[in-house]
Amino acid sequence: MGFASKPVRMAIVRAQGLGKTYRVADKQPGLAGTLRHFVNRRERLIAAVQDVSFSIEPGEFVGFLGANGAGKTTTLKMLTGLIHPTSGTVEVAGCQPQRREADFLGQITLVMGQKQQLIWDLPPLDSLRVNAAVYGIPPEESRRRIAELAEMLELGDELRRPVRKLSLGQRMKAELLAALLHRPAVLFLDEPTLGLDVNAQARVRSFLADYNRRFGATVLLTSHYMADITALCPRVLLIHEGRLFYDGGLETLTQRLAPCREVRLELREPLGAEAFARYGEVEAIEGREVRLLIPRERLTEQVGRLLADLAVVDLSVSDPPIEDIIGRLFHEGAVA
Amino acid sequence: MRPPLAQRLAHARRLAAVLLSSQYAYMLEYRAEIVLWALSGVLPFIMLGLWSAVDAGGGLGMSSLQLARYFLAAFVVRQFTIVWVMYTFEEDNLTGRLSPYLLQPLPLVWRYVAAHLSEQATRLPFVALLVGLFFLLYPAAFWWPSLSSLLLAMLATLAAFALRFLMQFTLTMVCFWSEKASALERLLYLPYLYLSGLVAPLALYPEAVRNFAFWTPFPYMVDVPARILAGEPVAVGQSFAAMAAWAALLLPINLLLWRRGLRHYSAMGA
Repeated sequence: MGFASKPVRMAIVRAQGLGKTYRVADKQPGLAGTLRHFVNRRERLIAAVQDVSFSIEPGEFVGFLGANGAGKTTTLKMLTGLIHPTSGTVEVAGCQPQRREADFLGQITLVMGQKQQLIWDLPPLDSLRVNAAVYGIPPEESRRRIAELAEMLELGDELRRPVRKLSLGQRMKAELLAALLHRPAVLFLDEPTLGLDVNAQARVRSFLADYNRRFGATVLLTSHYMADITALCPRVLLIHEGRLFYDGGLETLTQRLAPCREVRLELREPLGAEAFARYGEVEAIEGREVRLLIPRERLTEQVGRLLADLAVVDLSVSDPPIEDIIGRLFHEGAVA
Repeated sequence: MRPPLAQRLAHARRLAAVLLSSQYAYMLEYRAEIVLWALSGVLPFIMLGLWSAVDAGGGLGMSSLQLARYFLAAFVVRQFTIVWVMYTFEEDNLTGRLSPYLLQPLPLVWRYVAAHLSEQATRLPFVALLVGLFFLLYPAAFWWPSLSSLLLAMLATLAAFALRFLMQFTLTMVCFWSEKASALERLLYLPYLYLSGLVAPLALYPEAVRNFAFWTPFPYMVDVPARILAGEPVAVGQSFAAMAAWAALLLPINLLLWRRGLRHYSAMGA
């Protein structure tokens, strides 16, 4: 486990001492507060990102973890040049992102879950035609790339239907196609599976892995779904309250962050909390449904005992939501 | 190294064709709304009715035929110089749609220019229909402008659109600092309305007001192209020079605000 960035010679993404401070209005609630704010507008500074340093090598698939408001999206916006850092330096694909040079823009893409670049009332193919022209991809080549990416994403007729008529999953896949048509070397993906059902999530995940393998693209991925991170990212960055706390292997982090797995039980009859104390930590009991946290190393044994001892109708095992894990971790001060 | 000029021109041509055709397809999806917008632009016809009533004694210095032709021309010019970039930009900024556009190697302004030109193309048949209807109701007002007047009027209308677009796009840059910058455009609409010639030909204004108006950019946005189209006398060279001077003043301000605005951009909603 490493708490500082590792010096990498051939980094394609390099952030050094990166910081971003926002100026936000500070208003008290109520009419009096509104009038005071109108006459004497007060602002305060919020440090969204502070002294963040890391580097990523070409072809790496890196997960970017943190609770809501931790500074993930602000960092991604700085890496893509959408916003200017208050302090520190950024270099992506040999360019300074905030200069927004065509050479740089042609090498990156930013995909934001539930934000779209496709023209809402037209089929995705119309937006793809525009993107091909914008990036100067010859028509024949763009047709070839669309066919290739559509096959990888399992998209067919959907590309000819108006975007507004597509399901969320189909739209996200079409968004990915549009974002990758110019074959960027660096992908910044901000919650690309947000709101998708489990099947659609799995398809997007497998596409991203495939894309990374096939084109050697570098990927920095933020996701609230632990499954995305575990399936795709051998390395993760963990950010909390704007500061980078962890930069290293996922396995080490998982053991440290989520030593327990969540076991959900549906019982034939409701039971009191004392009935579960010997199996693990009781997270919640709602009627016949129970959620337990069981240490990873004892999981198999305890699940076997639960099934043998209790009248279990249904049982499932999952990682607790990453939000909960990280929240608990920082609450307990385990990392800090 | 930059690609050769011929290659860059071919790229620009393809880009323009694709942007215009996709925006035209998009606008056609909203054709009903555009018809309503075109119908809502009949202010010059209302003003024609009012001024015709006032001019019953013929003391205004323009005959009723001249008035009719001027207001019809003003209607046509207005239809092809309507600019709404500030409202779209403001919405794009607030909803986060601006961010993906900013990450593409295409200056954002061209998307909005293409959207405006496509919308004008969508308006064209309805404008032609309304003009036909006008002549049906008022056949005495029918006239064919000479080819040179028509070409000059088209050029003046295009220049008027460019100037109005540049002016509004410059104000639009305030969106980088304020979430409700469109209020500025609403404020500017008043002088535009009274000094552009939409409510009356500037020839009818008191001399002092008229002289003042021609120091502002507004008369060049309706009055000048409308009078060229209606066959009224216009100081053509002076008018085009004034438009060029306003553009030369606004363009550097626009570029400066754009660069400053991008530094201030916080990618809201994204």
